[in-house]
Amino acid sequence: MTEQRFHKRSIFLAAYILFALLPIYWMVNMSFKTNEEILSSFSLWPQHFTWANYVTIFTDPSWYSGYINSLIYVGINTVISVSVALPAAYAFSRYRFLGDKHIFFWLLTNRMTPPAVFLLPFFQLYTTLGLMDTHIAVAMAHLLFNVPLAVWILEGFMSGIPREIDETAYIDGYSFPRFFVQIFLPLIKAGVGVAAFFCFMFSWVELLLARTLTSVNAKPIVATMTRTVSASGMDWATLAAAGVLTIVPGAIVIWFVRNYIAKGFAMGRV
Amino acid sequence: MARIELDLAHAYKPDPKSDADYALLPLKMTFRDGGAYALLGPSGCGKTTMLNIMSGLVVPSQGSVKFDERDVTRSSPQDRNIAQVFQFPVIYDTMTVAENLAFPLKNRGVPAEQIRQRVGQIAEMLEMSHQLDMRAAGLSADQKQKISLGRGLVRSDVSAVLFDEPLTVIDPHLKWQLRRKLKQIHHELKLTLIYVTHDQVEALTFADEVVVMTRGKAVQVGSADALFERPAHTFVGHFIGSPGMNFLSAQGENGQLRVQSLEVAMPDGVSVPEGELKLGIRPEYLGMTQPHAAGSVPAQVRQVQDIGTYQLLTCDVAGVLVKVRLAADMPVPPVGSQVWLRVLGQHTCFYRNEELVA
Amino acid sequence: MSTIQKPVNQKAWWLVLPVLLCVAFSAILPLMTVVNYSVQDIISPERRVFVGTEWFASVMRDTELHGALWRQLQFSLAVLAVEIPLGIALALSMPAQGWKASAVLVVVALSLLIPWNVVGTIWQIYGRADIGLLGHTLQALGFDYSYTGDPLHAWITVLVMDVWHWTPLVALLAYAGLRSIPDAYYQAARIDGASKLAVFRYIQLPKMRDVLMIAVLLRFMDSFMIYTEPFVLTGGGPGTATTFLSQYLTQKAVGQFDLGPAAAFSLIYFLIILLLCFVLYNWMQSLGAATKEPTHD
Repeated sequence: MTEQRFHKRSIFLAAYILFALLPIYWMVNMSFKTNEEILSSFSLWPQHFTWANYVTIFTDPSWYSGYINSLIYVGINTVISVSVALPAAYAFSRYRFLGDKHIFFWLLTNRMTPPAVFLLPFFQLYTTLGLMDTHIAVAMAHLLFNVPLAVWILEGFMSGIPREIDETAYIDGYSFPRFFVQIFLPLIKAGVGVAAFFCFMFSWVELLLARTLTSVNAKPIVATMTRTVSASGMDWATLAAAGVLTIVPGAIVIWFVRNYIAKGFAMGRV
Repeated sequence: MARIELDLAHAYKPDPKSDADYALLPLKMTFRDGGAYALLGPSGCGKTTMLNIMSGLVVPSQGSVKFDERDVTRSSPQDRNIAQVFQFPVIYDTMTVAENLAFPLKNRGVPAEQIRQRVGQIAEMLEMSHQLDMRAAGLSADQKQKISLGRGLVRSDVSAVLFDEPLTVIDPHLKWQLRRKLKQIHHELKLTLIYVTHDQVEALTFADEVVVMTRGKAVQVGSADALFERPAHTFVGHFIGSPGMNFLSAQGENGQLRVQSLEVAMPDGVSVPEGELKLGIRPEYLGMTQPHAAGSVPAQVRQVQDIGTYQLLTCDVAGVLVKVRLAADMPVPPVGSQVWLRVLGQHTCFYRNEELVA
Repeated sequence: MSTIQKPVNQKAWWLVLPVLLCVAFSAILPLMTVVNYSVQDIISPERRVFVGTEWFASVMRDTELHGALWRQLQFSLAVLAVEIPLGIALALSMPAQGWKASAVLVVVALSLLIPWNVVGTIWQIYGRADIGLLGHTLQALGFDYSYTGDPLHAWITVLVMDVWHWTPLVALLAYAGLRSIPDAYYQAARIDGASKLAVFRYIQLPKMRDVLMIAVLLRFMDSFMIYTEPFVLTGGGPGTATTFLSQYLTQKAVGQFDLGPAAAFSLIYFLIILLLCFVLYNWMQSLGAATKEPTHD
């Protein structure tokens, strides 16, 4: 009976993976073709395989600097978001205090705001602060939606840990920082991994704010890619190659956090 | 109710080469029908593995498990009809207490009327009758553990109830209540109960017989008394008792005994084994005596502690610290003074290679 | 947020302070600016006239807005209806450990990491009959598929694109939730003789409740704010078939270059989302509260 069930699940999983990978495969396929080939013929793999598009990206500073800029501000943002979210999530999870439910919901509402609403104010704010076109500006702007998300996710995972663990630790003589780092954090590994991943992801793909607050020095890759529409039409090939390359950092990040998510955690202290 | 016979070993890998490759070294053990047993030992000794092999959650890499002569080594937990209570309460959050208790019976297709009766019976036994319609998720930890236990008991044909450190998350002042309840249930239902714990007090008060385990090996099976008086292994001597047994190195030669290289005057009619030995004597039996009395050694008093119900002396016997338990009202020698401790007596045990020889 | 047995501790405010500072800086200050603009007619940087609620009223009367709102609601509901069950099913079928688990995780998460305009571009190409695998195949199979010409095709394509893009979010959250269920629950279920369906219904689903709530709210919010992907794919067409709320706002604001009405609409948009989320959030909290009662010690 279990074999049957495994079979059904495996088929379903395989079907979904196919569904997920096909469009990406198609983009990879295109990235190894030239524009002429793309527009003229239809084939499942490149007839005239070429690295030219990738070469363009790796040698043209306006392309590769975009990646580096994105990585910088996304990294800064992820670290800040998760760090400030951890204590706050713990507070929401473990204590009641004046206005706690309202603050929590208010935090969530920041995630619900269309970024377009903040476009102009942000522009003015960061210009006034002299932070336009810096990585830190984009990192801070993205805190708007990432911090609430991190708090939200972490609170959910923290609430799943029985409070007995905290109390046992205090009885055993742990100080709060030691307890938090040595006992609590390992238990919510999955949550930290998920929160970090989502912060990374939402910051990495955000276009509107990142493009508005940067011009040259901190221009992210997402902005660079939107300029591939030129007078001669869409530069499909380079766009495809750039697209492929934007997936790489994220894939690496999820590879690193997979242990936190996949292995889960054991309940209680053994 | 069933009699469980184990004749097995369990290795981590398919080709075990040394003792370290075994989670459970080869053992042969019988658990009487209706007996209350405890598996006692420190973390990692294999007690949970043994429990899981008995319940069917783990298949041993070699050997067999028999319930009432029936080989169940590869049978599922359901087929063996066992019940297991885990370290933390495992309940179905979305159900009420009554629904939780009824769940195993519903899955077996028992008619509704019978279910109601049985659930009522068990709830009564667990003193939870007035909570039957409450949501299980909202109860305290000890009540949840009672539900876990109840789910095991609700099947009238349950063969054995296995407990994996069930009092771990219970408040200390409620632990004794639950323990008392468990003993009551054992008395009423006469089930085979097997209880895994690292707490010797729990084990010794709960079980008729205790299996002491360390590093995959069951070193002794016996009643609380036997474990206390004649530990078969130095580990048992050390683990049981608070504080544990004292150990001194000894050599026996032609009927003469040297303890920690000190000559000991031999009392009449007492013989000692030959060769390199370890002498074990419990703090309770290590008494003060006259200087140079037979069977005693000199010691320096290092520390005196008043525990309340008794007093604890820490003494130095030629470099080895031993503990002596004295009654609360006995006069204690001052720190630094020399005393003579009687080490040879009917409670003394001798060990060679960690195993009891005399 | 669970409410059982939590001690009151006002000092917890210190733990929340860093978060508040970050968000206040990124949110409150800018929001005040928007509110400021929404009640003024800014004829030029020097000449501003206070007009009160005039912009709000005119925006609300706009019938095109009603159309966009209705389309948006349908879209968001469709998104939830497909992505939540599909995400859960996906999480259940993903392996729990071993190298396969890691490999599947990376593959599944890939679509989440693609910049949204690239997602739009991928599907724009993918769906074309001349250069796209999907379009070409569908044509070859006899379907007269055109996401640029047929409103229904456009709608379905946008929906499928969103499902392709965002289902992994639900799946990852559900997967993390599933992994955090201790083995003992499954063991107890085996001992109790529970069927796989019962295990799902009584153990897995309840334990996933918190993460699923996050997933539902996130997907609802984000789909309600969706802009880039449909814009790149269909440009809102054919006609207004796939013009959702965000695009409508941008069209109006950019087209007319009037900060006042744009700010007003921004606020209304925000308030709509806020209201719907508030309702949804409270509804889900009450669902959760039904399974948890405060203990009386």
